[in-house]
Amino acid sequence: MKTTQQLALLLVLLASAMLTGCWERPPVDMVQHGYRGTGMAQVYNPRTLAKHQDLNKMPVALPAAPADGPKAKDIYKNVQVLGDLSVAQFTRHMASITQWVAPQQGCVYCHNPANFADDGKYTKVVARRMIQMTQNINGNWKQHVAETGVTCYTCHRGYPLPQDQNGQAAYWFSDGGPKHTAGMLGWKNGQNEPAYSVAMASLPKDPFTPFLLGAENIRVQGTTALPTGNTQTTKAAEWTYGLMNHMSSSLGVNCSYCHNTRAFAQWPQSSPQRVTAWYGIRMVRSLNNEYLASLKETFPDHRLGPTGDAPKAFCVTCHKGAYKPLYGQSMLKDFPELATPTTDGKPIAPKIAEEKVAAAAP
Amino acid sequence: MAMLSFEKKYRVRGGTLIGGDLFDFWVGPFYVGFFGLTTVFFAFLGTALIFYGTSQAGVFNPWTINIAPPNLEYGLGLAPLMKGGLWQVITICAIGAFGSWALREVEISRKLGMGLHVPFAFSFAILAYVTLVVIRPLLLGAWGHGFPYGILSHLDWVSNVGYQYLHFHYNPAHMIAVSLFFTNALALALHGSLILSATNPAPGQPVKTPEHEDTFFRDTIGYSIGTLGIHRLGLFLALGAVFFSAVCIVISGPFWTRGWPEWWNWWLNMPIWS
Repeated sequence: MKTTQQLALLLVLLASAMLTGCWERPPVDMVQHGYRGTGMAQVYNPRTLAKHQDLNKMPVALPAAPADGPKAKDIYKNVQVLGDLSVAQFTRHMASITQWVAPQQGCVYCHNPANFADDGKYTKVVARRMIQMTQNINGNWKQHVAETGVTCYTCHRGYPLPQDQNGQAAYWFSDGGPKHTAGMLGWKNGQNEPAYSVAMASLPKDPFTPFLLGAENIRVQGTTALPTGNTQTTKAAEWTYGLMNHMSSSLGVNCSYCHNTRAFAQWPQSSPQRVTAWYGIRMVRSLNNEYLASLKETFPDHRLGPTGDAPKAFCVTCHKGAYKPLYGQSMLKDFPELATPTTDGKPIAPKIAEEKVAAAAP
Repeated sequence: MAMLSFEKKYRVRGGTLIGGDLFDFWVGPFYVGFFGLTTVFFAFLGTALIFYGTSQAGVFNPWTINIAPPNLEYGLGLAPLMKGGLWQVITICAIGAFGSWALREVEISRKLGMGLHVPFAFSFAILAYVTLVVIRPLLLGAWGHGFPYGILSHLDWVSNVGYQYLHFHYNPAHMIAVSLFFTNALALALHGSLILSATNPAPGQPVKTPEHEDTFFRDTIGYSIGTLGIHRLGLFLALGAVFFSAVCIVISGPFWTRGWPEWWNWWLNMPIWS
């Protein structure tokens, strides 16, 4: 063979070897999600799901502790949350948090071993705020978490810094990338940098700052067939598409899980899951504003993002590729102390204005 | 009915694939043949079943007629008539009618002593349809993966199935198919405008020959593919477009379950830079 032919053959072999690695194969599982023939179905590779089983196993809860005896707040110093638990319950809870969040690092990940009451480590201050956040989610966001609720494990899964199912960071920072591309191309908008946050599309990799921190309008479609004054831009549509891609890949579902795509915006044609997701967006936005962004001063510099912002939550933080975190198993029932927002018996005033949510409801 | 001058060549006996000269006759200008009969049979039965199905559903607006495939729970089995069974029978009728029509084209081609280009080209359209309603459902394990029969409903199906993979424009075979479709349209536009120009000269001027046509394109784009070549190119572009359309849907689901953007990770993971 001539050299050129050999080269061509080598190239073809290389290309086919590479391409064979990136295909899946039948059988695949499809879950019908709408009327027959509408094409509303979820597509699953059972071999990929099998790999995710371990990630979604619920850890065995420590045996319940007796509620009698002195309260934690009366025995320990500087107990600002969970103080109404008995000492035994409090200890069980601390042991559980260690198991959920810092199994490798142990108690000293948050505590000064010489003085457990010391707030010197930033991780302890953050952990306290996270307990309050968990209680707030379970008490005030039942539209999203229902009675299943969440615990520290829902996000942390044994890692102090939450990871997603692909081993990527399951938290986000505002895009610190260049505002402009080289030359005359203008605003880059975080595009064309394939990121897991938007399911590897060329969409803006940070649609979270506008939608999950700010409250930009996610709805970009006009309501009439012909243009009648819809002022949403292409860029806004790309943000929306990016956020939706994030929701899909975070939940391991496709667009038709919530939408009948013939009319994305129409609630009567959407599935009930879209309502849960709608509350989820409001929940995450509220948590990012009320709990996470404000920890900026608490975190050391190396935990902050490129623009100096605190790590924030999005859908994958809890979901990890599952339509329900832990496939809907409830850990909360074993930890009722996380179910309602209380501090030493005094309920924390819910910071989410219920009427605001109601007013914005569809 | 008067016969056109060239029809004498066409109306010869023989060349049938099946049935000998039993059905080897014409009704008015139309050749019948065995496969003409089966075409009429399947087409009439299928259409009648669509009318029956939509009358049972009480839908008489042509836009909203919808004969939907069965629920996925029926798998590759038969479904009750009004729960997708009609769709299954109509699908058999459609494949029977399309296949019969292609074979009738073969018989006519044989009578004319010409090549089988026409049935060959039409069989690509049949392949695309069979891929959608037979091959892909077989690979996915349920007839319910076929598309519904209805003007609007099949478009809704296309939309949702596309969004099952988050962003269908990242489907590599879809990219190739779309490129071929657009190129096909461009080639047809260039060719059609050229022929219309050559055959409609200014008043008093003679009709232009292929020499003029070739010269026009040699002058403007430096190359003319020629009078025969343009038709070969058109066939290649059209069949390629249809073939890759079939590929792009059959890989969606059976051979890829995630969003199509993610498929391109092989590019990002190439050992050259990763």
